[in-house]
Amino acid sequence: MIKRLFILMMLALMALIFVQLASNYTENTSLSKLGRYYVEEGPRELGAPNLVTAVVVTYRGLDTLGEVTVLFISAAGVGLLLRRTRRKDGSEDLEQGDRAEETSGTHKAASEIVETATELLLPMVMLFGIYVFLNGHLSPGGGFQGGAIIASGTMFLLLALPESHISRLLVALTESLSGFSYVVIGVLGVIMAGGFLDNRIMGLGTYGALFSAGAIPLIYTLVGLKVGFELSAVLDRFRKDDTGPV
Amino acid sequence: MSIIAELPLSLIVLCSGLGLVLIGLWGMLTQRNMIRMIIGFSLTDTGIHMVMVSIGYVTGGTAPIINAAVPMTEAINRVVDPVPSALVLTAIVIGLGVTAVMLSFAVRIYKARKTLMIDECTESRW
Repeated sequence: MIKRLFILMMLALMALIFVQLASNYTENTSLSKLGRYYVEEGPRELGAPNLVTAVVVTYRGLDTLGEVTVLFISAAGVGLLLRRTRRKDGSEDLEQGDRAEETSGTHKAASEIVETATELLLPMVMLFGIYVFLNGHLSPGGGFQGGAIIASGTMFLLLALPESHISRLLVALTESLSGFSYVVIGVLGVIMAGGFLDNRIMGLGTYGALFSAGAIPLIYTLVGLKVGFELSAVLDRFRKDDTGPV
Repeated sequence: MSIIAELPLSLIVLCSGLGLVLIGLWGMLTQRNMIRMIIGFSLTDTGIHMVMVSIGYVTGGTAPIINAAVPMTEAINRVVDPVPSALVLTAIVIGLGVTAVMLSFAVRIYKARKTLMIDECTESRW
């Protein structure tokens, strides 16, 4: 009871802070100094119409590298926590899993409607994901969003065809190669252009064209592949047969 | 009705975001089921994202994409601040990673103890 009161009191104080914040809030009528610089100079300097992409990939590129690293570590953490050991008969089991709770190994198949819809829609979902990360510098979207769409395609696949499995080797190879190339591009920026992850190591091209804005489409393609495969691997780890019936 | 219509758009987003933060905190502090606590965390996370986006809003602004719709000459008066949007993009991805790790911990604890109630995990109590 005391605990409840304490929690309520704390939340009330927090709400008081928030009310103060909200009551003193006035909407901005002009951009901040930094935002103004990015809007004025960004398109000219980097050749990217989408300024959020310009900030994420180039001006704050190091942050994005850190972000990709955090996502990688969390995917690795999920992999470690939900790891499976391969048994002699070839089936996989969660380590320390309770034998009595094991699933019999037969998956409940999805209905024919879901299976047919997946065959029809899956290529399009994947294509849309690729479209989103390739056009990250031109339109809303980018590597992380495109990667998430690709992972949603994987989710679709896992729902419709529970027997399908994702190749561990392919995931590991794609992830490490794209992460490595990302860092290499960053270092090339130091050697050939203004600094780490500078996108001007390649020509800026025609403003608004698909292959423009220097290395931004390349970086976002690598990020998209990495994020897509990482999230797919995470989804694969959370499958029901890995954790036993819940 | 007219009072709500006159409020600035970003203030509405800001207040909803702060409300979500409070709901999430309440959920994290009072719920004993781990999945519910994780849902509380997600709510707080989303609320913070909404607050950050609303801070970057400029009256009458649109997405900071400089093309035929928003020419470079008038961009400065017509777009929202790109910096908070970029920060929120980062925050969403980090939040996703943290949630995934928390959920896998919940799965492991469930495997070990056959319960999701935090009260059962007495050895880590202080």
